[in-house]
Amino acid sequence: MSKTLYDKIWDDHLVHEDNDGTALLYVDRHLVHEVTSPQAFEGLRIQGRQVRKPKLTLAVPDHNVPTTDRSKGISDKQSKIQVDTLRNNCKEFGINLFDVNDKRQGIVHIIGPEQGFTQPGTVIVCGDSHTATHGAFGSLAFGIGTSEVEHVLATQTLIQKKSKNFRVNVNGSLPAGVTSKDVILKIIGTIGTAGGTGYVIEFAGEVIRNLSVEQRMTICNMTIEAGARAGLIAPDDKTIEYFKDRPMSPKGENWTKAVAHWKKLFSDSDAKFDKEVNIDAKNIEPLVTWGTSPQDVSPITGEVPDPEKEKDKDRRTAMYRSLEYMGLKPKMKISDIKVDKIFIGSCTNGRIEDLRLAAKLLKGKKIASDVSAMVVPGSGLVKKQAEEEGIDKVFKNAGFEWREPGCSMCLGMNEDQLSSKERCASTSNRNFEGRQGRGGRTHLVSPGMAVAAAIKGYLADVREIN
Amino acid sequence: MEKFVKLKSIPAHIPLMNIDTDMIIPKQFLKTIKRTGLGKSLFYEMRYDESGKLIDKFILNNDPYSKSKILLAGKNFGCGSSREHAPWALLDFGIRCVISPSFADIFYNNCFNNGILPIIIDEKSIQELSEYSERKEEIEVDLNEQVILYGNKKLTFDIEPAKKKRLLEGLDNIGLSLKKIPNIEKFENSMNKTKPWI
Repeated sequence: MSKTLYDKIWDDHLVHEDNDGTALLYVDRHLVHEVTSPQAFEGLRIQGRQVRKPKLTLAVPDHNVPTTDRSKGISDKQSKIQVDTLRNNCKEFGINLFDVNDKRQGIVHIIGPEQGFTQPGTVIVCGDSHTATHGAFGSLAFGIGTSEVEHVLATQTLIQKKSKNFRVNVNGSLPAGVTSKDVILKIIGTIGTAGGTGYVIEFAGEVIRNLSVEQRMTICNMTIEAGARAGLIAPDDKTIEYFKDRPMSPKGENWTKAVAHWKKLFSDSDAKFDKEVNIDAKNIEPLVTWGTSPQDVSPITGEVPDPEKEKDKDRRTAMYRSLEYMGLKPKMKISDIKVDKIFIGSCTNGRIEDLRLAAKLLKGKKIASDVSAMVVPGSGLVKKQAEEEGIDKVFKNAGFEWREPGCSMCLGMNEDQLSSKERCASTSNRNFEGRQGRGGRTHLVSPGMAVAAAIKGYLADVREIN
Repeated sequence: MEKFVKLKSIPAHIPLMNIDTDMIIPKQFLKTIKRTGLGKSLFYEMRYDESGKLIDKFILNNDPYSKSKILLAGKNFGCGSSREHAPWALLDFGIRCVISPSFADIFYNNCFNNGILPIIIDEKSIQELSEYSERKEEIEVDLNEQVILYGNKKLTFDIEPAKKKRLLEGLDNIGLSLKKIPNIEKFENSMNKTKPWI
């Protein structure tokens, strides 16, 4: 019987299935960070349970860590307790940890692939919704709650109900200035923030095939913003090339066996999808969000929408609430929106290719005088690579702050936050109320668009920067 | 985990769609290493002003809603992050049942690990139930019968049998899965042969 990529990975990990379809799924890779794990380890201790396969888990502190000088440790008491707790738990249960001052430390979804811990065809989970990122390599990857983290630690499995199959085809080729961030914003804007609920989305089509693996990660990363359980992209030669010689990639004979397995990971040509959406790349422009949901997107050349034109009453109410929170008026030009801060980083856009693209546009220019801007590399290794290429100097010379790696202002758990009414062009993934700081106003953009906004001091069109 | 069988309460209605996990419990409260104590910070930015004072017009700040055990909300409730702090905060506040036209996937699953019943019903029915919230009248949820009773009317709702059983009996998932260790070992042995690189 023909199968989708999701069907294949699912079937390959089925430990047990009840009559009603409730399944016990094997977990090959478990990523752990300091925020969603303390209660899980505590649960194990209370019940006297062990971690079943410590080697299949990798831990890193990322959400709470300061992005400024770390030599004096973490000053925020509660953050310090969480990071210390992770360290102690990893020691007690024998789990590999990349600690705060380890060169390999970074955002959990960036270090997984970077180390080759993430691999095609695996089931990967983490107590973080952006685990969807790893789907870019053809792994079934999704976020779980802390009780489920505990379940995985104790049993190396997870209780799951199978989702339905959804395919999004992005056809044609991307116009100039349009990146994978715009593609995923377009998809979310098209299907809505709950458009993927109950599904696993496979991204396919010419545009997806032509993207680099890092660009694909941006797409899968934000699948959760469309409500889907996971996003998937079939591995190809680029994927295989990416994993060659990574520290935790298979070696020798195992590499050959693994590659043979990875090459079988694709949806059969006659596989059935429960839902399918086609997007023509030529209709995608550089996008920004204007509201407080990732589906609130507009082309940079467009206007803030008028809620009065919205027919759905609940949606209209939500739009008014968003505009009030964002301090925007209906029908104003998007390019007339003035920004205060620029944030380049996060698991969505904190990789070396993102920084290269931004630096290329920024080279020899300065940020607007009334804007403050920061770059937070996704990992210590991304930071090191960028510094070797002189990218840090381009940013610093332009007026950006060059920081230490972590989640930073994507969610503002550390000191990196917006003040009330401060407006930020951000390469992160969520523009929810209060996400980057109470009262803070977030506009989601691509790294190139963040640079354009930094230079102009307004939301601006990356195509006008040269 | 506490069992969920029947629940009677005046419902609190928050008529917003896409209530996300950052709204339910903002980031500054995720620094805890405990499961308890989050109730006072539930819906923090809607509930308190910037000086930390209660905002009078927010429904949960007013009696009898400050004691509501049932929450009515717009569609796509719980979207956003995987933080289980969201259901922990609801539970700690006293809410054991959330009724919405739809839920985000991870939040929905998290509820069942915390003895919270998420009920999916259509928007029209939410509207009907919201009148009970306005009139400060109780409604009753009966999980075994899969009904919501209000006035002399009743609404039925769907729920997966396995999830229903877990709530009714307050079962520990991990304990149940550990009984399947022989299956897990068999799977691992076979995987070691077919996928030795894992």
